[in-house]
Amino acid sequence: MSERMVPVPGGGPPGRTTREDLGLEPIDRPRSSTGAEPGGVCAATRSSARAEPVQERGTARPSSREEKVLERIERARRRKARVREDLITLAHGAGGKATRTLIEAVFLEAFRNPLLEPLADGAVADGIAFTTDSYVVTPLFFPGGDIGDLAVNGTVNDLAMCGARPAHLSAAFILEEGFPVADLRRITASMAAAAREAGVAVVTGDTKVVQRGKADGCYITTAGVGTVDPAVRLSASAAEPGDAIIVSGPIGEHGVTVMLARGELDIEADLVSDTAPLNGLTARLLDACEPGAVRCLRDATRGGVATVVNEIAEASEVAVVLDEDAIPVRPAVRGACELLGIDPLYVACEGRMIAVVAQRSADAALAAMRAHPLGAGAAVIGRIAEDPPGLVLLRTAFGGTRIVDVLVGDPLPRIC
Amino acid sequence: MRFVDEYRDADKARALAARIAALCEPGRAYKFMEVCGGHTHTIYKHGLEDYLPPAVTLVHGPGCPVCVIPMGRVDDAIHIAEQPGVIMTTFGDMMRVPGGRGSFLEAMARGADIRMVYSPLDALKIARENPDKQVVFMAIGFETTAPSTAMTILRAKAEGIGNFSVFCNHVTIIPAIKAILDSPDLRLDGFIGPGHVSTVIGCRPYGFIARDYGKPLVVAGFEPLDVLQSVYQNLVQLAEGRAAVENQYARVVPWDGNPKALAVINEVMELRPHFEWRGLGFISDSALRVTERYAAFDAERIFRIPGGRVADPQACQCGEVLKGVLKPWECKVFGTACTPETPIGTCMVSSEGACAAYYNFGRFSRDRVKEATRT
Amino acid sequence: MCLGIPGEIVEILSDHPDLAKVDVSGVRRAINIGLLEGEALAPGDWILIHVGFALSKIDEAEARSALDFLESIGQAYEDEIAALRESMIEQG
Repeated sequence: MSERMVPVPGGGPPGRTTREDLGLEPIDRPRSSTGAEPGGVCAATRSSARAEPVQERGTARPSSREEKVLERIERARRRKARVREDLITLAHGAGGKATRTLIEAVFLEAFRNPLLEPLADGAVADGIAFTTDSYVVTPLFFPGGDIGDLAVNGTVNDLAMCGARPAHLSAAFILEEGFPVADLRRITASMAAAAREAGVAVVTGDTKVVQRGKADGCYITTAGVGTVDPAVRLSASAAEPGDAIIVSGPIGEHGVTVMLARGELDIEADLVSDTAPLNGLTARLLDACEPGAVRCLRDATRGGVATVVNEIAEASEVAVVLDEDAIPVRPAVRGACELLGIDPLYVACEGRMIAVVAQRSADAALAAMRAHPLGAGAAVIGRIAEDPPGLVLLRTAFGGTRIVDVLVGDPLPRIC
Repeated sequence: MRFVDEYRDADKARALAARIAALCEPGRAYKFMEVCGGHTHTIYKHGLEDYLPPAVTLVHGPGCPVCVIPMGRVDDAIHIAEQPGVIMTTFGDMMRVPGGRGSFLEAMARGADIRMVYSPLDALKIARENPDKQVVFMAIGFETTAPSTAMTILRAKAEGIGNFSVFCNHVTIIPAIKAILDSPDLRLDGFIGPGHVSTVIGCRPYGFIARDYGKPLVVAGFEPLDVLQSVYQNLVQLAEGRAAVENQYARVVPWDGNPKALAVINEVMELRPHFEWRGLGFISDSALRVTERYAAFDAERIFRIPGGRVADPQACQCGEVLKGVLKPWECKVFGTACTPETPIGTCMVSSEGACAAYYNFGRFSRDRVKEATRT
Repeated sequence: MCLGIPGEIVEILSDHPDLAKVDVSGVRRAINIGLLEGEALAPGDWILIHVGFALSKIDEAEARSALDFLESIGQAYEDEIAALRESMIEQG
């Protein structure tokens, strides 16, 4: 980008704005714009399928100039990920586009292999599912849970989302000098309780202590293994048009609870985190459905439901169509989100999942989930459609439609 | 939620849409500008354009206070934030706004102490809790937000808090609307007026738009039915050959605004002779600064500010988009070089900017979206 | 441009008369009501909240009349649709 630095003492010249002041060139409308973007490397797997103009799908309507521009944009969106920043920012850890870019451009580049490539919640090989996750949360203790049960439930859930029966966990602790032992006992007690509830055992671990100021109290990394029934094959790329999208309960409670528990916003609400182990629920769901009917399970953690369904739409090359009216959100979550100007669809859950289920088993799936305490609030919130591939659309409660995209970083409170 | 859900009713929207379609003269195209970014957000968030006939186009105006902050001011703010002993505070909206040398988020990665606040009073609280630090609040926003900043400065003075100051970037809406009305290539039929600004300034300041420019303006609320109704009221005025200021949002906006809020702004702030708007250039009397009397709370007087100017990038056509001459997708860099992750121009910066809203919510042919969402 | 949210006053804080506890859909926060000087505010009143300040008191009568207007348009629309259907049946 070529920017001119023009020091203007005292602020700059008053008076009328000229085109040059605006730094604008004469208007040059986008031309046919079907040519390749300079430097644009398309993600090889699906760029060709996606760039097809509408009319080739059998619509007689000629492609408008706007549509051509929009197609060019879709191509640009699918370019190879590139990290533009020199330093890691908080956005890289928020679960949105920035995280995705970092993972693809740095980690996937370095470690590329067929098991890693789907970037799923865990990897499955030879009937064994394997996953790992680190836990950092401020505050460490919040209504409804703490970093301990989060660390167990999160890894149990990642295994459950692979269709696995979680068996063994590891737990590694990074502790800051000066961290109260009483707090550590409290954390390990809740880990033990969570492990009991999920039916798993913590079988190995590690401890490191770093100097005061080099960590925020306590970080935990857990890894987990579980066994997968060979008949169960779940994948974000398995969704098919007509499938139902089911959420296991009201969304956004964990994220809002933690945000409010930090105290900086001075907002009070009777909310507790939804953190819970979902392996019981997934087992019940898989039992209730015809073989192969459950296409994909994802827990809606960082980035929320919106991010999960976007990943499914992209991986399966399908459209996801959500019904705003059908998405369960508790009033207090909605109130806090309205107040802070954020969208509950992007707020993290730690005990809610999205299930994509073939239409023929959708009723059975919903009934099975509702029969489980952690799925009592389950609801069908949308369906998979064929077109436009890779996009998530929302039918708003108002009766309109809009796109639900992936956020760049955290959903930040806004005033405007 | 009360005063919210009532104005999101799809049945009423359908009825209103039928009225709107009936009011359009055959063969005539209508362009209305929603001045305020909040309205842009409402339009996209609820998919409101699905209710409008093809003859009616909504043009997204300059009313996003984050978007209009020029890059040089962001750099100045980062310069202050990087001074030793400074805690910079601001609204979440500002965190990703790029200046010439990156955004607040990137400055944080370099080590600056920058904190997000919900209210300027929270920044004052941080000052109270950190007496050994200089706490600066980067104030942004139109007349809606300026009274809150002014009240916070008054409170700081009353409490004798010596380590709190404001980097004032408040802007005023009327000169921006006037600049848009005066641009020669503009074709607008009427305005959807900024509801929350009007809670402070009232409806009278818009009088010149109807009187001197012959355009209707309807001050509107932020629920989708509010916006739809204000389109309807604009069309009724045009059909009747009138141009007047009307208040659709009377449940919240008093005709004369909020006198106390105006008084506190006038007590603490004064107009700058001129201020640069990203995408629009310099506009006279269009921004506020802290007065001499409250100099002790004015970051511009406390810190040495570089005051550099960074020209808007050449390729960016935000000026045209802000004036409604171009639709966001008609800009050369829209969606390719300029995206929400890598915004070049003002309109892509905040989620309320015309381009960001279009990119996030509207990007894709409406026909195709409608086809896909049909039950 | 400016996020303003309606909330209901739950209590005026006795130790801070410029602060009110306000409820938004079950979520509560102390809101500064110093800009509404001269308005008689009491629990049960609704205000518009922006960045922690109340900018205006919501006028329930105005809200009602705006909704009445929307209802009337809706009703007229229903009547027209009904009339249209009838005329089509007659024609058929």
